[in-house]
Amino acid sequence: MLNILTFSRVPSLASSTVLPVLGGIAVAGLLWSFFEPESAATLLVWTPYLARGFAMNILISICAIALGSLVGLILGALELSPRALIRFPALVYVQIFRNAPHLVLIFATTYIFPFEILVAGLRIPFPDWIKATIGLAIPASAHIAEIVRGAVQSIPTAQWEAAAGMGFSRSQTLRWIILPQCIKRVLPPWMNLYASISMGTALASLVGVNELLHAATDASTAVQRTDFTVAVYLTVLVWFFVYCYPVARFTQNLERRFAVR
Amino acid sequence: MTESKREERAILVKMEDVHLAFGQTQVLKGIDLEVRKGDAVSIIGPSGSGKSTILRCINGLVTPQRGSITVGQTAVHELKSEAERIPLRKRIGIVFQQYNLFPHLSVLENIVIAPVRIQGVGRPEAERHARELLARVRLSDKEHAYPGELSGGQQQRVAIARALAMRPELVLFDEVTSALDPETVGEVLAVIRELVADGLTSILVTHEMRFAEEISDEVLFTEGGRIVERGSPASLFHNSSNPRIHSFINGLGSGAKTRESAL
Ligand SMILES: Nc1ncnc2c1ncn2[C@@H]1O[C@H](COP(=O)(O)OP(=O)(O)O)[C@@H](O)[C@H]1O
Ligand SMILES: [Mg+2]
Repeated sequence: MLNILTFSRVPSLASSTVLPVLGGIAVAGLLWSFFEPESAATLLVWTPYLARGFAMNILISICAIALGSLVGLILGALELSPRALIRFPALVYVQIFRNAPHLVLIFATTYIFPFEILVAGLRIPFPDWIKATIGLAIPASAHIAEIVRGAVQSIPTAQWEAAAGMGFSRSQTLRWIILPQCIKRVLPPWMNLYASISMGTALASLVGVNELLHAATDASTAVQRTDFTVAVYLTVLVWFFVYCYPVARFTQNLERRFAVR
Repeated sequence: MTESKREERAILVKMEDVHLAFGQTQVLKGIDLEVRKGDAVSIIGPSGSGKSTILRCINGLVTPQRGSITVGQTAVHELKSEAERIPLRKRIGIVFQQYNLFPHLSVLENIVIAPVRIQGVGRPEAERHARELLARVRLSDKEHAYPGELSGGQQQRVAIARALAMRPELVLFDEVTSALDPETVGEVLAVIRELVADGLTSILVTHEMRFAEEISDEVLFTEGGRIVERGSPASLFHNSSNPRIHSFINGLGSGAKTRESAL
């Protein structure tokens, strides 16, 4: 289970291998639940609870990709700095967190950050789901930094020279000339990463975040029947599949279309 | 172009004893040149002789190790950082052999982006000026086209309009027709000819000898990082005693040869 739901090291693997496997299992599970009408009925009762859990997965994934993209964009720009003192820390961060197990990062953020923060005498709770989001956003930012760096380096240096000749500074060139040309190239790997993050949100269940996998475990514990347990975990698979597969397919289409150009 | 008054016009660019090396390779070995306001100065010479490097020294894209360069009141050799070179570059337009238009922007956006983003000109004013420039380069009907949809000659004329959009005091043309199909060379040269006639100050690196002879106030011949001969077009093209110049010019005789040597 964990293996399937962890990020794949190479983002595109997520769409090419994992998802069809998930899909196959999911279809088999659906067929099976038709022959077990009782567990199907129980499943229906638990569906709203599971749906609330899945909403948490979606929330975490969107927040993680947003935070990861913002930080990754900045890191990618820093990695390209002509000054070693700026470039080096960014490169180190990226190398470390691109190769760190995501579950470990989620555990780390959960136990490193306090459960509440004191701001001007005000106690603000720091919920576990935000910590898990940060845990997922860290490796995402490292991946995005690499995606951005690769895309920027693929733009011909003549574009930099033309902009410099007109009086653009480095950051103005990046902002107005280079990054806009990178979007086409960055979009497919970015969406692949989003599919990976979405699947990775299930890891948050292990630090007690009440997301879909956690909700499924709750349901299974409450009902205490093997056939229902199988049905509820298969439901988890189906939902992840239904959410991630269209993203992966759309990405593949984009990649194909850009490859033709 | 007004030959008689040339000495009275103010000096805009002055290079003295400029030496530049890339690593161990000495590329410029003592360049002296003077360009007056309204001048058209052509630089000719074999490939690798340092012509492009001379242009890039003037707008601070590369920094020589020795010598002085002044553009108007600015001592270019004293500018220490990229940030200090930016005001200089805003005053100097440059047009490249490969056009280097921004492929993600329409023709109009290519022309207005620097005035709007760098100079802070209002968009309506920038667009009005851009349309005026497009009319000048005879591309009024192409303002919404993207660079990829245009011929080489059209792209190069957009690049010229883009350089003029900053209202530069000086425009550097670096072999702007060398990458073009023979049919489109003429349309680009016609545009430059008009600009020069209207008083634009320019330095042109070119292999188009007849054109250089026709429009230049002075022609410089470079070889091996030095200016080995200079003078009026007539003296350089017809009365030079330097056999290297003869063989170079004769070698460029046909149009096809011109483009070959540029590659
Ligand atoms: N950025 C650079 N780094 C190293 N060598 C360079 C660079 N730019 C130009 N050169 C070298 O400097 C010499 C002169 O180049 P250039 O000024 O482009 O000549 P030209 O424009 O006359 O063909 C060539 O030998 C070229 O290889
Ligand atoms: Mg050159």
